[in-house]
Amino acid sequence: MNPLIAKSRPASSALALAKVSGNPSWLGLVGAAVCVIWLLVALFGPWLAPHPVGEVISDNIFEGFSLAHPFGTDYLGRDMLSRVLVGARFTVGLSLVAALLASFFGTGCALLSVVSPKWLDEIISRIMDAFISIPSKMLALIMVSAFGSSVTLLICTAVISYIPGSFRVARSMAVNIEALEYVQVARTRGEGKLYVACREILPNMLNPVLTDLGLRFGYIVLLLSGMSFLGLGVQPPDADLGSLVRENIGGLNQGAMAIIIPALAIGTLTIGVNLLIDYLSSRRGRRAGGH
Amino acid sequence: MTQLIRVEDLRVVAGDPGSEVEIVKGVSFALEKGEVLALIGESGSGKTTIALALLGYARRGCRLSGGVVQVGEHDMLALDETQLQGLRGNRVSYVAQSAAAAFNPAKKLLDQVVEGPLIHGLGTRAELEAKAIGLFRDLALPNPERIGRRYPHQVSGGQLQRVMAAMALISDPLLVVLDEPTTALDVTTQIDVLRAFKRVVRERGATAVYVSHDLAVVAQMADQIVVLNGGQILERSATAPLLKAPAHEYTRSLLAAARPDTRIRPPCGVAEEAPLLTITGLTAGYGNKNLHGMPAIRVLEDIDLTVRRGQAIGVIGESGSGKSTLARVVAGLLTPALGGLTFDGQPLGGSLSERTPEQFRRIQMVFQNADTALNPMHSVATILSRPLKMYFGLKGAALQVRIGELLDLVRLPRDMADRRPNELSGGQKQRVNLARALAAKPDLILCDEVTSALDTVVGAAILELLRDLRQQLGVSYLFISHDISTVRALCDDIVVMYSGHKVHAGRRESFAEAPYHPYTDLLIHSVPELRQGWLETCGATHGELPPIGERANLPELCTFLNRCPMRIDGLCNRTAPNRRTLDNGSEILCHRDAADLLATQRGVTPTSFGAYA
Repeated sequence: MNPLIAKSRPASSALALAKVSGNPSWLGLVGAAVCVIWLLVALFGPWLAPHPVGEVISDNIFEGFSLAHPFGTDYLGRDMLSRVLVGARFTVGLSLVAALLASFFGTGCALLSVVSPKWLDEIISRIMDAFISIPSKMLALIMVSAFGSSVTLLICTAVISYIPGSFRVARSMAVNIEALEYVQVARTRGEGKLYVACREILPNMLNPVLTDLGLRFGYIVLLLSGMSFLGLGVQPPDADLGSLVRENIGGLNQGAMAIIIPALAIGTLTIGVNLLIDYLSSRRGRRAGGH
Repeated sequence: MTQLIRVEDLRVVAGDPGSEVEIVKGVSFALEKGEVLALIGESGSGKTTIALALLGYARRGCRLSGGVVQVGEHDMLALDETQLQGLRGNRVSYVAQSAAAAFNPAKKLLDQVVEGPLIHGLGTRAELEAKAIGLFRDLALPNPERIGRRYPHQVSGGQLQRVMAAMALISDPLLVVLDEPTTALDVTTQIDVLRAFKRVVRERGATAVYVSHDLAVVAQMADQIVVLNGGQILERSATAPLLKAPAHEYTRSLLAAARPDTRIRPPCGVAEEAPLLTITGLTAGYGNKNLHGMPAIRVLEDIDLTVRRGQAIGVIGESGSGKSTLARVVAGLLTPALGGLTFDGQPLGGSLSERTPEQFRRIQMVFQNADTALNPMHSVATILSRPLKMYFGLKGAALQVRIGELLDLVRLPRDMADRRPNELSGGQKQRVNLARALAAKPDLILCDEVTSALDTVVGAAILELLRDLRQQLGVSYLFISHDISTVRALCDDIVVMYSGHKVHAGRRESFAEAPYHPYTDLLIHSVPELRQGWLETCGATHGELPPIGERANLPELCTFLNRCPMRIDGLCNRTAPNRRTLDNGSEILCHRDAADLLATQRGVTPTSFGAYA
């Protein structure tokens, strides 16, 4: 967590200057472009798909590139392009919702615990510690085995797994900001807790929180993909990018497109999001003078 | 005498290639062996940049772009990084402002002092350790044989600064660069450190460049003074003529700002008789509370204070005296353990939740550090509009008019309203800070070291503003500072605090001459004066304190006992002192009476004070 904070909150203006000059905005633009493309795919993918998602349309399995099937075919001879276009909606949608919720609740709890009395802070922090000690994959396995796999359950699992991390990062920043004099001034002015939390503290920790959101998005994509890879995520005939990797694992020794394409998709998605978020937070940081 | 250092047309640029800004614009000076040259100027004048250039070093983002820096036989700008590393800490050395940040907290002092010369192969460890101990002795460090075995956190700030000087001097360098070495210290500590520096520099014939913003300190140390502003030399001369007859306008303004109380006086007739804030028997502190509700670390002990309407009260004391804690208690940020506060006849709650919105409005706080006192994500208009909306429900045009008025009041141009704090200078930020407090139309403003972080000229302007505002609006101040001359410039009454106790309180005029409390005496005489030779002749010389026996186990004993030059064995270490009133109306917490104090403090024999740091 520390390198994350250090990275997103340059200590001095000289550092900010070096960071900005060494971080050309085209990287941010690439990230933005990748994110926009994936968002469009998630929104419109199912309509763009040339074939229904579960339909077997070819006799050849693990086919390579061809005009008819630009991404080849999978282990049953289904059109890979259609499968990816539909699968992206699950991966992007689920992860985005889960990451936003995790960051929202994590940051919210952090702000609450910083402005509340000490005992409440203690209770919240200890509950979060208890959650942080459960490995996320283990929790996900238990949840799925207890309640069965569904989209809602997957989101809940991902949110519960990633709230504590987000809380820890946000709380450590909020504690530092809370000690600053402008927050003290606001308190002696008689401001309510909500104002102090949302107007004085939150804007000054938004950069790292956004960076953290990007990281959590990446983790959640990987968690959900991992779950699907184990067959416990999104259930057939639907498939997210992770299940696409899993079901086509048989093509690995042939170097089949069917396994490379979804893996690449997961890669570009997480990298694109992180590039964009880095760019956004460095821009915000520059406006506030590297604070 | 031989010329040791020659700087010619030195230029330093900052920023990216293509959009570079020149921050040092062709500076030239020379220095002979054994001389001390002072670089003086406000922040941003390029003084540290020039000092670092003498080590062949440019800070990150800066580049030494032209000129000559000759130190002895070395042309510092022509050498490559490896050669420079061979010189730094060996032939040239550096003493930084913050010793606490310059030491590795995990290593013992002696190991850090000898580390550099060991790397440069200047002797064996045993030889160097012996030399270090000799330097510790010369620098008047207590227990020179053993102090090196301590860790940095186990010695005081003043001692650490002297250990750093030992580190710089151990390699017998051609040149020592001292960068604001005493700025972060209390005045009473500063005097010891300055004295130690001066003696060592003189005895060892070291050549030094002393960087400072404080003309009075520089007057004690330097043979030559270079006055800088905006990366250019405004005036360069020997110390005596510069102090006597400064040629440049800017130097004159620096001289005038150095001691604000000689120029600024508190307004008359503003203070009324009615008490505004009354503090009675206040005890407060930090840490866990024991069974009696007393905090583990007591910072304030039995404080009584009354601020009358329209009155300005100054609270002075060194760091750790509890003066900022006092402001925090009044502001409601810290709940007192004992004692009560009354504000305008009404009891004032100890915690924020017990206060009424009206009380919040009427007491406003202005913090020392304007950088952290303004939310960097809010514009000036947002910062000022919040109290206006909150307390007065202003909206739309009325709000804009009032923001404009407030900016006028603190003498800022109205178009500043759209700026963010990082787009303002230090002085401008402090004005916005003040405007935010004034927006509430308060009766009492708590000012915590509001001018301490500012350059002297800027600080003096803020003081003038505070005085005018008081005259104009009749607002009361609780003005906290470590600098007695700042307090004298603004306040009617002065309270001196020492480790949580109010040791001396009196009218401003009564601080002009003896008798004072012994601590006040030390404080007043530790403020450097703007004349050469003050350091040698000022009363506060090193000397033995009167011996005392074992102290009784009484918490109420005088807290100044360990440093007091006028302590009496059998009395001060046995019984608690009483408050007594002197003829001039001031109240002191001391066993000595006015006649005793007067005899010592006015006496022909210089007062002796402990070698405490």
